[in-house]
Amino acid sequence: MSLPFLLEIGTEEIPDWMIPGALGSLHDQLEGLGIAAQMDATPRRLTARAEGLSERLPDTEERVMGPPRAANPKAVEGFARKLGVRPEDLAVESTGKGEYYAYLRKVAGRKMIDILAESLPGIILKIAFPKTMYWTGRGGPRFIRPIRWIVALLGSDVVLFELAGVQSGNETSGHRRLGSTRIPITIATYEQTLRDNFVILSAAARRQKIEEGIAALGVRLKPDPPLLETLVYLTEYPTPIMGEFDPQFLALPEEVLIIVMRHHQKYFSVEDESGHLAPRFVAVMNTNADPEGLVRRGNERVLRARFNDARFFWQADQRKKLADRVDDLAHVTFQAKLGSYLEKTDRVVALVKELGGGEHAQRAARLAKADLTTELVKEFTELQGVVGGLYARAQGEPDEVWEAVYDHYKPESMEDSIPRHTAGRLVSLADKLDTLRGCFRVGMAPTGSRDPFALRRAAQGVVKIIVEGGLSIPLLGLIGGDAQLIEFFEERVKFYFRDVRGFAYDEVNAAIAAGWSDLPELEARLLRLKTIRPSPDFEPLAASFKRITNILRQAGFTGGAFSPSLLEPGPESDLFDEINRAAGQPIESVIGALRPKVDLFFDKVLVNAPDPAVRANRLAMLHGLLEQFRTFADFSEIVTNS
Amino acid sequence: MESFQEIIFKLKAYWAERGCIIQEPYDVEVGAGTMCPETFLRVLGPRPYRVAYVQPSRRPADGRYGENPNRLYKHSQLQVILKPSPADVIEQYLGSLEAVGIDLRQHDIKFEEDNWEAPTLGAWGVGWQVMLDGLEITQFTYFQQCGGIDLDVVPAELTYGLERLTAFLQVKDSVYDIEWAPGFSYGDVRLQDELQFSVYNFEMAEVDTLWKLFDLHETEAARLLAAYPKYAEKARFPLLPAYDQVLKCSNLFNTLDARGAISVTERVGVIQRVRKLAVGVAQAWADQQGAAQ
Repeated sequence: MSLPFLLEIGTEEIPDWMIPGALGSLHDQLEGLGIAAQMDATPRRLTARAEGLSERLPDTEERVMGPPRAANPKAVEGFARKLGVRPEDLAVESTGKGEYYAYLRKVAGRKMIDILAESLPGIILKIAFPKTMYWTGRGGPRFIRPIRWIVALLGSDVVLFELAGVQSGNETSGHRRLGSTRIPITIATYEQTLRDNFVILSAAARRQKIEEGIAALGVRLKPDPPLLETLVYLTEYPTPIMGEFDPQFLALPEEVLIIVMRHHQKYFSVEDESGHLAPRFVAVMNTNADPEGLVRRGNERVLRARFNDARFFWQADQRKKLADRVDDLAHVTFQAKLGSYLEKTDRVVALVKELGGGEHAQRAARLAKADLTTELVKEFTELQGVVGGLYARAQGEPDEVWEAVYDHYKPESMEDSIPRHTAGRLVSLADKLDTLRGCFRVGMAPTGSRDPFALRRAAQGVVKIIVEGGLSIPLLGLIGGDAQLIEFFEERVKFYFRDVRGFAYDEVNAAIAAGWSDLPELEARLLRLKTIRPSPDFEPLAASFKRITNILRQAGFTGGAFSPSLLEPGPESDLFDEINRAAGQPIESVIGALRPKVDLFFDKVLVNAPDPAVRANRLAMLHGLLEQFRTFADFSEIVTNS
Repeated sequence: MESFQEIIFKLKAYWAERGCIIQEPYDVEVGAGTMCPETFLRVLGPRPYRVAYVQPSRRPADGRYGENPNRLYKHSQLQVILKPSPADVIEQYLGSLEAVGIDLRQHDIKFEEDNWEAPTLGAWGVGWQVMLDGLEITQFTYFQQCGGIDLDVVPAELTYGLERLTAFLQVKDSVYDIEWAPGFSYGDVRLQDELQFSVYNFEMAEVDTLWKLFDLHETEAARLLAAYPKYAEKARFPLLPAYDQVLKCSNLFNTLDARGAISVTERVGVIQRVRKLAVGVAQAWADQQGAAQ
């Protein structure tokens, strides 16, 4: 018989961002029992449902080996007795060691409900969470938050088990305030019963309810998919409402208002027709309605207080100019072993100058970190840089200067854009390079997943800025002689072109092997490589180049004179002529002519000629061929089918 | 409209009905109700405990001269410790909000992850900030460790921000406008504290003197802690007085910090000094309680 299955782990509120991962972990573990479950969750429940479970596993047979045929009859009887059968029922089997008594015992398939009852407690406790707690006492089970009820049903039967003092059953709980508790359900009525008790089980349905609710409010939001996702997993019954704030707060920078609404209050910001911030917001309640407007007014008051705070900080910060705050950075530690932010600032200014930054870029570098001393940044650390830029603007710094300060943490991810102009790019580069050089120097390179200073992101940012900003900067020269940092950067360069830009990994390896210090030049080579790759001559030629590389390596070739007089007429001379013709030409225009000559050479000519002089001469010629393209790519890195 | 003090009375009555001892505030300066011995020491060991008290909590750096409507140098926390935490602790908590007149069917309540940590106490727990119509009104924590010790029994700690809760209930935009008692506003009672302590903490506190005091209290606490292992009659050893000295250090640290007298590099070191003492008291206390059983 085929049965449906339901597991609901009822908990206290699980942090929203951990829920999808927990469902994945539970799903994978159930798969280990052969259960392909559909997963759902709200903050207070993790649910798995599946159809078509067998009532019991199929019966199996087990072969039990007994004494040898020649054994004492007593022993044979004993063996039979142990199995609960008569000696006549035993079979005799030939094995490599002779004939033995044996018996095929039927093993009844285990009941699924027993398997579940036995496995589920362990499975539940093995759900992976980034942080767990205990609540029943020291040494007790650990979970993300206390488990308060468990529904476990196979068909209409409860899968009985106990976990953390909670007995599994068939009773669920609804919304904390709008629903009932201890509601008996069946698998068939489960989702609708929850719905009747103001719990929308499906995240997709909650998302849809939020989106439709917002649409019904008739406002245009600043798109914010991560916030939407947070709210989907922070609510069981989401309902959006709109609130307003005093338009006089619009005198504060939009960036500040948005961060207050988003990070502190989890509100969506609203735009007017022209894309400017409107004095409204959308909050998502975890309840069904706000008929009296109490929730709206409450949220409006909270936001007013938050905005008042922000304005207080903004005004207080204006009393001391950014430029006058730079010296205060002597008291702000960058890193214990790397000194203060003032020292960092001095280094970054010097580096910007070295990179060819002009007066504005140097000014921006000097001001860049000064906002770390402001109240607004202490309150909203995620706005560092942005706040400095806004203050610099308010204090009359030229556009290029304030924009460079504003942008200098960019790109904050690979999806983020790079600073908008050169000054900002140079400040951002110098800041990141200084951090990287310093951290590697004092032994704080990232290890495994530990990267507390986000050095990978910093290096990734350097690569992205240089490439996308088209900056002609010798990266290796800037890194200095630190071998570990060079290796780290090479890995980041590969990552960028492969995972961010989508180049094939072998093309990336081939192009990087020909040098990567000048990143825009590397990018140009990669683009060319990608273009010529599909030509019918390319891969065969690449295969030949790989062959040449191998031949040279096997021959232990370390260089040698080449003499045209030793060439044999025919394919060898032809190839030499072609190599000469190709010299100095871009690979695109020579590949078609070169390939048949190379093929013919390998077809007709034995590199390992009996005469050592001829052999050495051939090796030298082939080496010369590789050398011609050495600055373009190492073709032996190309993975070919041939 | 309930006055500030009425709300306090009702919350105390509510928790008293649920088996809590109602304590008075601790009489040494603290930054939070958690630091009082009624929480910090009582959560240690296996013995059940239930207590509720209002604790004026001093945070020198948060002072705003009485000019900011929401920030206070000294605010009042209602601290509730339920050890062990009952299975329906959240329902009980929500009931307390209804007891002060909040109809939760008319409001939006959310539990947002917020894990509490007090480095100076070697204490941490997991929990939530409880949001009522977008306002954080309570910090809810399941203690896991205190004084660096894994707790035998996990208590629930509920910390209500009483000024915020009252401003919410009285629909007031400024904490100074809330009614403390009929005819007296919060400002009438507390504005001078806010102004004068802000002036002192930010402008006039004598840094050298505070450091001297810090050293003296630290020395006294350390002296006692060093004497504990050799002391024969454990039960009468003065660990509670030693802990008072730690609290003094903690408050002096906060004042020096507000005064801008502690650089970022020094900060970590001073926190370590306070933590060492707090952890020392907690460990000795756990030992003393164990010996008494």
